[in-house]
Amino acid sequence: MSDALNFHFDVDGENFTSAGHASVKVKKILRELGLDPETIRKVSIAMYEGEINMVIHAGGGEADVSVDDKGVTIVLKDSGPGIADIEKAMEEGFSTAQENIRSLGFGAGMGLPNMKRYSDEMNIESEVGKGTTITMKVYF
Amino acid sequence: MTPGVTRVKVSELIEKAGFGAVTLPDAEREIKGAYAGDLLSWVMGRAKADDAWITIMSNINVVAVASLADVACVVLAEDVELDAEIKKTALEKGINIISSGKPIYETALEIGRYL
Ligand SMILES: Nc1ncnc2c1ncn2[C@@H]1O[C@H](COP(=O)(O)OP(=O)(O)O)[C@@H](O)[C@H]1O
Ligand SMILES: [Mg+2]
Repeated sequence: MSDALNFHFDVDGENFTSAGHASVKVKKILRELGLDPETIRKVSIAMYEGEINMVIHAGGGEADVSVDDKGVTIVLKDSGPGIADIEKAMEEGFSTAQENIRSLGFGAGMGLPNMKRYSDEMNIESEVGKGTTITMKVYF
Repeated sequence: MTPGVTRVKVSELIEKAGFGAVTLPDAEREIKGAYAGDLLSWVMGRAKADDAWITIMSNINVVAVASLADVACVVLAEDVELDAEIKKTALEKGINIISSGKPIYETALEIGRYL
């Protein structure tokens, strides 16, 4: 693979039952590309947590995934409220999610820690009132 | 049989433990461990690929998490029921779902007998 393969997804912020669609599609694509199951699992979970966060906390956004000979890069971009204290948000258990979200099994405050755990590199850029862009890389 | 390397297929677990089949698109898949929990991020952070995931959660996101975390099957404890729409999605995504009439703890003990 010399040229990168790029995939773009719009993440709907209104629809909870379809939350995770982009991640599910990416998993399918990576399987078709023949990547190893552990890499696929890492990308899938990291991206799903980020996608769910865009739905829960930011009213949706965009996801871009590229695959090259070194690994998979996931860029999640939203125009939501932003994260005021990134260090705090990264703590296991910290969550601003409401009760209705928790009753679905989300909002355990483990999303960002999981994204960190399953990616080899993670960068968060966020500005309050403007939005958040999270870049994650998983190397082969 | 060497202890610790026992593998049980989803179809075998149903038979041995007397569990019910809800969706079985991949009945021959092998179970290598187990994880119990209802908070989805904990499951994604702690469950391993090929685990049996025991839960009482029954919304559509369970199917996505089971697929992305690559578990061998979902085990619904307490005879929790699933909507027809969710079963359909599980079948499409190749997700095995089985059900146990017992609470999570007893269900986990039962599964532990075969791992
Ligand atoms: N894209 C985002 N936009 C705004 N806030 C976010 C975003 N992602 C995460 N956050 C904030 O960081 C907190 C922790 O996120 P996370 O670890 O995924 O836990 P949870 O989603 O369960 O609350 C969230 O509760 C929220 O306040
Ligand atoms: Mg989250």
